[in-house]
Amino acid sequence: MSAPGFVDRFRNGLWVENPGLVQLLGLCPLLAVTSTFVNGLGLGVATLVVLMASNALVSATRRWIQPQIRIPIYVLIIASLVTCIELIFKAFFPALDRSLGIFIPLIVTNCAIVARAEVFASKNSVASSILDGFVMGTGFAMLLMAIGLFRELIGHGSIMSRMDMLLGGDAMRGIVLTDGGWLLAILPPGAFFSLALAIALKNVIDKRRKATMPRRARH
Amino acid sequence: MSSIVKGGVTLALIAALCTALVALTYTATAERIEANEQAWLERSLQPALSGLFFDSGVTESMITIPPPHDLPGSEAAIVYRVYAEDAPVAALFVVSARDGYAGPIRVLVGVDVSGSVTGVHVLEHRETPGLGDRVESGKSDWVQQFDGRSLIDPAASGWAIKRDGGQFDQLTGASVTPRAIIKAIRDTLLYFEAHREEIFSTQQEEAE
Repeated sequence: MSAPGFVDRFRNGLWVENPGLVQLLGLCPLLAVTSTFVNGLGLGVATLVVLMASNALVSATRRWIQPQIRIPIYVLIIASLVTCIELIFKAFFPALDRSLGIFIPLIVTNCAIVARAEVFASKNSVASSILDGFVMGTGFAMLLMAIGLFRELIGHGSIMSRMDMLLGGDAMRGIVLTDGGWLLAILPPGAFFSLALAIALKNVIDKRRKATMPRRARH
Repeated sequence: MSSIVKGGVTLALIAALCTALVALTYTATAERIEANEQAWLERSLQPALSGLFFDSGVTESMITIPPPHDLPGSEAAIVYRVYAEDAPVAALFVVSARDGYAGPIRVLVGVDVSGSVTGVHVLEHRETPGLGDRVESGKSDWVQQFDGRSLIDPAASGWAIKRDGGQFDQLTGASVTPRAIIKAIRDTLLYFEAHREEIFSTQQEEAE
């Protein structure tokens, strides 16, 4: 694998190899918390921070870690980082922490994180691993936000409600279009439908693009 | 052999490093987390206090009832007493409904001196987002249906969701959570009825 350029790395993380859309990793939190935009944003940012930090630590310690014990060490590092993030959320965003509930500690089980540790951070430099964590985490967070936005719009009829959980201050209702919505969208099946729609949309766009510029898509 | 020792040592070193990281974060945030919980508590007691006339400090009047007790939950229950000119007005119970969908649900139940509910507020829960979490006052007005109700209105057997033959609304897609909360309120009211005198006459504990 030759080192891809900066722009290509971003394109990979956000689109071509998006952890949620293409690698289909970390679906448990993705499906569970995205009932509103603010939840998606909160968990997305938490996952992004954990991913960057775990990539950095795994990469920094990669020379001392024997291959036989690498997985327990990854788990140890990730679990500690997630505990730290949980404490930080409790201290600075208590309302959001209450809203996300168990899914903050469950970031530990997000396979996208251990996958990046194994596939990327254990073989690359610290700086490069942090960048990888950033682009992959951003790709995951963007998907969480997009699905959160969509489900909230359909399910609650509002856009970006309760941003106060992140920003502080009084309860904000966001942009309310209708009172109440199609409940299915915020129930678990709605999460699956939304993800399926997002993947389908990505495939359609990819196909269109390939059809319109066949040569450039292949370099 | 040496590779096992080497692996063990590496693992131990990284474990120590990680523990240090968590300990550091804990020390840095512990104070803020506690302040948040206190602020949250004071704010969250408000729903059970609205419409009451009182002149006593609420958070200072706390007593804890150690287990075993007949209140919901297996840990110590917390009671805040509210007085007006030294006459009891209401008692606010913080209890845990143990039979929620995902772990205990901490509920605040306000009961006035005559045994009517002054307000119910869910303090802490791990219920499913979008389903059980609508018992939160910020997300729906489900908990408001208990205001003013007592063991006479309806009788103890009516303290159930409509699907179970009771008098209270359920939540679409979630019946475990409402069941748990209604049961917790009913048990709190029963406890209050049996222990009213001692709740209000107990001297408050020395400050920690």
